[in-house]
Amino acid sequence: MKALPKILFFIAAAMLLTLFVFPMWQITLIAPQYPTGVTMYIWVNKITGSEEGTLQNINILNHYVGMKYIEPDAIPELKYFPIVVIVMALLGMTLAFTGRWKWWMGWLILGVIGCGLGLYDFYLWEYDYGHNLSPTAPIKIPGMAYQPPLIGNKVLLNFLAKSWPHIGGWFIGGTFILGAVAIWLQKRNTSNT
Amino acid sequence: MKNQSKQLFNLLLAAMAVFVLVLSSCGKASQGTTSGALSGNAASKVYVAPGQHDEFYAFMSGGFSGQIAAYGLPSGRLLKVIPTFSVDPEKGYGFNEETKPLLNTSHGFIPWDDAHHPALSQTNGETDGRWIFINGNNTPRLARIDLTTFETAEILEIPNSGGNHSSPYLTQNTEYVVAGTRFSVPIPQKDVAISSYAENFKGALSFVKVEPTTGRMNIEFQVLMPSHGWTFFTSYNSEMKNSLLEVNASQNDKDFVAAVNWKKAEEYLKAGKAKDFPANYMHNVYSDETHSATSTAMKSVKVLIPSECPGLVYLLPTPKSPHGVDVDPTGEYIVCSGKLSADITAHSFPKMLKAIENKEFDGDISGVPIIKFESVLGGTVKEPGLGPLHTEFDGKGNAYTSFFISSEIVKWKVGTWEVIDRQPTYYSIGHLMVPGGNSMKPEGKYVVALNKITKDRYLPTGPELTQSAQLYSIDGDKMELLLDFPTIGEPHYAQGISAEKIKPKSKQFYKLSENKHPYVTPTEKDAKVVREGNNVHVYMTMIRSHFNPDNIEGIRVGDKVYFHVTNLEQDYDVPHGFAVMGATNAELLIMPGQTETLLWEPKKEGVYPMYCTDFCSALHQEMQGYVRVSPAGSATALRWWLGDEKPVQ
Repeated sequence: MKALPKILFFIAAAMLLTLFVFPMWQITLIAPQYPTGVTMYIWVNKITGSEEGTLQNINILNHYVGMKYIEPDAIPELKYFPIVVIVMALLGMTLAFTGRWKWWMGWLILGVIGCGLGLYDFYLWEYDYGHNLSPTAPIKIPGMAYQPPLIGNKVLLNFLAKSWPHIGGWFIGGTFILGAVAIWLQKRNTSNT
Repeated sequence: MKNQSKQLFNLLLAAMAVFVLVLSSCGKASQGTTSGALSGNAASKVYVAPGQHDEFYAFMSGGFSGQIAAYGLPSGRLLKVIPTFSVDPEKGYGFNEETKPLLNTSHGFIPWDDAHHPALSQTNGETDGRWIFINGNNTPRLARIDLTTFETAEILEIPNSGGNHSSPYLTQNTEYVVAGTRFSVPIPQKDVAISSYAENFKGALSFVKVEPTTGRMNIEFQVLMPSHGWTFFTSYNSEMKNSLLEVNASQNDKDFVAAVNWKKAEEYLKAGKAKDFPANYMHNVYSDETHSATSTAMKSVKVLIPSECPGLVYLLPTPKSPHGVDVDPTGEYIVCSGKLSADITAHSFPKMLKAIENKEFDGDISGVPIIKFESVLGGTVKEPGLGPLHTEFDGKGNAYTSFFISSEIVKWKVGTWEVIDRQPTYYSIGHLMVPGGNSMKPEGKYVVALNKITKDRYLPTGPELTQSAQLYSIDGDKMELLLDFPTIGEPHYAQGISAEKIKPKSKQFYKLSENKHPYVTPTEKDAKVVREGNNVHVYMTMIRSHFNPDNIEGIRVGDKVYFHVTNLEQDYDVPHGFAVMGATNAELLIMPGQTETLLWEPKKEGVYPMYCTDFCSALHQEMQGYVRVSPAGSATALRWWLGDEKPVQ
């Protein structure tokens, strides 16, 4: 089973591509008038909703408190993140064949840093949407900000906002775990020989 | 064999007009207050907890209100009044430009009718929840309501008819909707002496074909009943009288129920036996894509004459003024209630086929054979009550017949003809309804009494009192009264259906991307005002919580202003309304994704407010604007804007 770590590392890198199949993150808003909730899905390359009109509906809700319109076209990350993800995936898959665990380690650290930066960027966007409010908002509550949680649940006025990773997000976690296992196995193989 | 013969022959039978015989509920009022006590647990049987849904939809005609209303059963809660034959300012129905064509007839625009008999579409003899059909009695019409939207989708005028009462009747797979006629009239219409009734007046049975996927209706053919005639499909006036019907039409011992073999009719049609008769009627269709109706004038109809088409129609003698004609779920018995007879007569369908085969006839009327009464009689329920009208079935071998005069429901057993139970109704029941009780698969849990008179049953409201329905449980041997509830107009007849057959298909909103209205404003950027001579078209949008534009100048007295308002919302339950001061029609009530048009003709100069009428959001009150109207010929520039945006011109 000498090839096992290579296979695992290859799979770990390839798993990044699931980001094009599943959303990374989801934010759900729940209120009495929205019994089933309004869910927004954040992908690596787009923002969608549980229904066709979801984004419009969230924007309508947001405009009462003066939040900016969420317009996917105005978010540059949705354009360059996909390239970063593809490059990382291809690089990782190529490195898998080399069997050099130190390179793998380098790739993995790069990935963790990238992921951390991505989350920080996500936080900044949330902060901006939640704090940068229009001075002409119909509803103004002094001291109130509407930043949804990075991860977890939070009550924002009449809404409960729930922010959690979606399938794509869990797969990224899987990439790191599987990658680490592959490195550990490969390192053991190498030191045994 | 039974099913086979049913398919082969497919009887069409009709129920009759409720002629108010002024045999009202005299002597009943005193009884009312004494009986009808509820057993202890009745309340819990009709209690539907807040937030919970009813088990059944009940669709009750509004009678002289011209509408149909949807209720939940067992709670009796009113869910929606569906505007059908009558205008409804609340919804802009018949007032906005889009729905006006639906009420177009060969007599012009008619804002009202009298709607009696709803009929749910069926597949294999079972209700399927696609559409509900209903008749317009006064100006003969048929309407189809789409049960994904609960909106009137189509109205078809019926030519050669006077009083489209015995209608509509459906075939097992909704191949045809059949419409009888209550009044015979000269066909084609002409100026003749009313006393020439026997010679000149005829009644036509209309066979309206239903397109299986779209539901679109089309009069495939009519059967012209014999010329010296009876008035009706189910005849109760074989005396051929035209006046004082309450006496003259009640003298013969037996009148007739007509059985029409529609498969045979199709054969004759194919063989070219039908004659083209000139006719004049309107066919009105509403589209969910253009959100508008169109009205098309139709000019001829194909007619079959029974004397030229042997085997098409047979007459079944039935005691005294047959009113309701109902086929039991197995298709074996045809239950005919002689309204003025003391008995309920059930004809046997297999016996009828046999009698036809053996030619057991008792003469004919204009070439239409009369089957011998004894040869077709299946059984008689002896003296069950007074004034039997209509019968529904529970699918467990029991029948429930309404008795107008004795004001009760009688439960009896099909086949043994024994009376099992009787319960009073409050008061003067007409039709009754078991969900699916006129189909091959009844859902026999409840029977609903549809009453004509309420007298003392509710808090008084001046001389005009509510009409009502009553819900009885029919789970056990004995019927149990559970609930009284008021209804709109007259609940003449009703249909019931398991909610699960409709609920999952109910539309939540219209997709804006599929809106093909000629004056749609798909985004706020497209909002504009266009003048074409004296016609001004306002392309307006609405979304929480503003109109775009909400300020308009440059309208002049004498202009016809068309507000084409598009609701940009794409969410469940976010309609907006639109009203402008001085409009002589009504408001608009616009569902998400829909466009509707209000015509406004300002008579005087000034500044006119407009606003949203349907409470839409926290800023509903702020959803408003102004239109400036200048004198005729004034030079005020046409300008429009929203908020601080620079006026566009």
